[in-house]
Amino acid sequence: MDELVFFINRVLISGTVLGSIYALGAIGVTLIFGILRFAHFAHGDMMTMGAFIAFLLASVCTALGIVTPIPSGFLVLPVAMAITAVIALGLDKGFYAPLRKRGAKPVTLLIASIGVTLILQGLLRLIFGSGTRSFYQSEPKEIFRIDMSALGGSRPITITEPQVLMIVVTALLVLGLHFFLTRSRLGKAMRAMADNADLAQVSGINTALVVRVTWIVAGALACVAGTMLALDVALMPDLAFNIILPIFAAAIVGGLGHVYGAIVGGFLIAFAETLSVFNWTSVLRPLNDLLPEGMALPANLALVPTEYKLTVAFVILVITLLARPTGIFKGASS
Amino acid sequence: MALIELKHVVGGYSSVPILNGVDIAIEQSDIGVIVGPNGAGKSTTLKAIFGLLKVTGGTIEFGGENIANSLPDKLVPKGLSFVPQEKNVFTSLSVEENLEMGAFTRKDDYAQTMAWVYEMFPVLAEKRRQPAGELSGGQRQMVAMGRALMSKPSLLMLDEPSAGLSPRYVIEIFETIVRVNKEGVGILMVEQNARQALAFASKGFVLASGRNRFTGTGAELIADPEVAKSFLGG
Amino acid sequence: MSGEAQAKRIDLANPTVRAIVLFSAMFVLILAVGFVQGAANSGLLLTQALAYALIALGLNIQWGYGGLFNFAVMGFMMVGGASVVFVSFPVNALFWDSEGPVMLGRALLAFLAGVLLVWGARHSHRLGVRGGWKTALLVLAWFIAYVVYRSQIDPAAAYIESTAGFVGGLGLNPILGWLFGGLVAAVIAYIVGRISLGLRTDYLAIATIGISEIIRALLKNMDWLTRGTMTASPMPWPVNLPQDYQAQGIPISESFVYARFGFFALLLAIFIVVFFFVQRAYGGPWGRMMRAIRDNHIAAGSMGKNVTGRQLELFVFGSVLIGMGGAILVTFNQIFDPAGYQPINHTFMIWVMVIVGGAGNNWGVLLGAVLIYIVWIISDPLAQAIFLNLSSWSQSLGWGAIPEIDSRALQMRVFVLGIIITVALRYAPRGLLPEVVKREV
Repeated sequence: MDELVFFINRVLISGTVLGSIYALGAIGVTLIFGILRFAHFAHGDMMTMGAFIAFLLASVCTALGIVTPIPSGFLVLPVAMAITAVIALGLDKGFYAPLRKRGAKPVTLLIASIGVTLILQGLLRLIFGSGTRSFYQSEPKEIFRIDMSALGGSRPITITEPQVLMIVVTALLVLGLHFFLTRSRLGKAMRAMADNADLAQVSGINTALVVRVTWIVAGALACVAGTMLALDVALMPDLAFNIILPIFAAAIVGGLGHVYGAIVGGFLIAFAETLSVFNWTSVLRPLNDLLPEGMALPANLALVPTEYKLTVAFVILVITLLARPTGIFKGASS
Repeated sequence: MALIELKHVVGGYSSVPILNGVDIAIEQSDIGVIVGPNGAGKSTTLKAIFGLLKVTGGTIEFGGENIANSLPDKLVPKGLSFVPQEKNVFTSLSVEENLEMGAFTRKDDYAQTMAWVYEMFPVLAEKRRQPAGELSGGQRQMVAMGRALMSKPSLLMLDEPSAGLSPRYVIEIFETIVRVNKEGVGILMVEQNARQALAFASKGFVLASGRNRFTGTGAELIADPEVAKSFLGG
Repeated sequence: MSGEAQAKRIDLANPTVRAIVLFSAMFVLILAVGFVQGAANSGLLLTQALAYALIALGLNIQWGYGGLFNFAVMGFMMVGGASVVFVSFPVNALFWDSEGPVMLGRALLAFLAGVLLVWGARHSHRLGVRGGWKTALLVLAWFIAYVVYRSQIDPAAAYIESTAGFVGGLGLNPILGWLFGGLVAAVIAYIVGRISLGLRTDYLAIATIGISEIIRALLKNMDWLTRGTMTASPMPWPVNLPQDYQAQGIPISESFVYARFGFFALLLAIFIVVFFFVQRAYGGPWGRMMRAIRDNHIAAGSMGKNVTGRQLELFVFGSVLIGMGGAILVTFNQIFDPAGYQPINHTFMIWVMVIVGGAGNNWGVLLGAVLIYIVWIISDPLAQAIFLNLSSWSQSLGWGAIPEIDSRALQMRVFVLGIIITVALRYAPRGLLPEVVKREV
């Protein structure tokens, strides 16, 4: 029983949290690719920027003495999302729109997004320094313990309050996005444009508006993903740059341009990473009793050493690219 | 006054003009058919009207105003609609969503128009929840036409609607076009099946090298021995 | 006034005139920096800039000549760096006297056995294994190969790390190490290219950035090979070190000038040779074919050119220069620190050099590399000066000083780099010295 609890704590819960973060980031990447046809490398930094905005707002809240039952990081989220979305629009207007207007190739936009990455990272470090911050300087992390003694376990399932909130918020956002894309006129127009941009224009769809909505959605979700990552780990300027790779892997595995694919891809990558660095000995330890005398499971039975966690996403990416380049759901091919 | 009138339109991609003076005039009651050899500028004419490439000379009057170089999102609300030849449905969207996209520019309730489209293409009503990419070529063409009709256009432009369809579907599509026209929508189309299309056209335009070579009613053009010899394959 | 008239007479549209004007400006800038920073620092800056120019030339072969997206510049630089450590670092007797070499030999055997196993599984269709079974067999083969290799390398690594620290080097001349760095980079580029060059640009960008990160993760954690984050230092030079000059009784400050310019002279000689050949290749039939492939994939392919094969050549050649450049930098800086490599300082900065200089134009890339490196270096002190002024101003207003000016000013470099690339893409997308396409008569 304890082994199962350990598995739930270490794999199920942290995998779900990580998957939520990856999924929200990958949705943004996949939307931007679907509508604008370029890989937006600055997405990780948009996430970090969103996290810093949320952090600033949360600090203001704390300074004003506002005390709420939920952590301030979540309380300020809607405002931070709005601000990040506006900045995302500004980035498009300032850096990408002029290139599109000139008819630049998608690869030029990709390189431009590297420029935006550098600008954002430089600015963030300039303003906030390169140190590490935490959302929990003033508030304690509340921990829920689900007692397992009734089922014969000696250790409880533990989950922190932010983890619960992260999973709930992700579920709500994904649900909201689903309704937006399938029920609203603008959401359908977004899918239409991702499907066939020329025909969308011919149909009279206001493509400029769709592009704006894309940046708003991508920016808002990036803010949530970044804030969650900061809540889960810690806040630092190169926070999200390190996870841009698994996010792109998630988007590609799910099929670039495919929103639901990005969600599935996000969780797939997250669980693959968590499972591959998971020490199986801790779960299989009871088997030691069955093994003959003198034989025991090695102390560490992880598939991949923790230092190489990041490479797992990449290996999955390479396999996907080789075996099924369009992703598990057919993504945009051109 | 004509519904749409092109006066000596010159235009093309970048600096090389493809159209060197095209004149076309269509009433709302007309079915206009543009025929001509490959590279004559037939599809280019439709694209020029729809703002998809640059018009550098001449005028395009629609409903009394010059619409040259206006973009589709301005033209569709004015009553102009276009069905491209290829990739003319949103494959991942359902049939109904495809139709809704045709009504994107409309602010009013379009339920009636959708009912009208379904009445005209009953098969689409059956498959309304199915992704358009799963439909057959002929059915896709219907989705494409339905989508274009959702904006309640006064002029519907079609680029080779019969391309790639089996003969049975070609007749069906042409019959549908005539029916749409009877409902009060002007038609301007480009066709490879020239003889068949001119047979029901009220106006025909033979283009060559980006210019009008012959203009007349469909019947006149079919009867003209020179047109028949050079452009209709004898 | 007369200067303005003069400027009007200089025809900047003429590529040669433009190049002469811009290179003159570059030399003036170098002299200005040299005047402010002193001879020793200029030697440092120029040598590093030239090494970066060599790397940028490598990327130019890939992106400028071939239109191949390579975001793995950092990875190839690290490969070069680790190679030069292996070849030129002093011999570690402790390792060679221990069980280490035998254990590594066993690990190598296990690795080869794994390769054989996977190869066998890939060709299992000849034995009649098909479809899903073949895939399953392939997965199983990979898994077994992985487990077998890990079962040998893990104890070997642990043993070496606990007894000898790391394998050390071979104690050979660093120049051999640079060549070896190029060779190892070539081998890796070949494998990477075989896997990923068929991909579309966006996928290639992500695939290469991933490869780069994997190389970094490996070299950072393979302590037995590279000493990992404990860094391998000091690396020997192929020319006299400052200490050597000091031993001859030359004052410390001058010894640095002599040593750095000695290294610079050696590097310049190498650079001139490489540049000459790269330039020749560009103008020759090989370069023409490459440009044809870059500008029109499909047409070149349909004319019977082996597009993927040619692109693989470009990718490998470019990576050789990148690997060599990375090795030279490690030798010059006398330290290999896997933790010091960042995509921003390495991959992206090289990209900015190539784009700003002019992709496809070797002279432009040389110009871009030197200019961007100078900008990168002087952004820090300039920003510091600005911040100090701002700080004293804000203090005088009673707002207090700007905290942590040092670390903040350092970040200005990244910001400036970002501004430069975005401005360049918008206003001069073909670079300062655009590619001159020779028209064939």
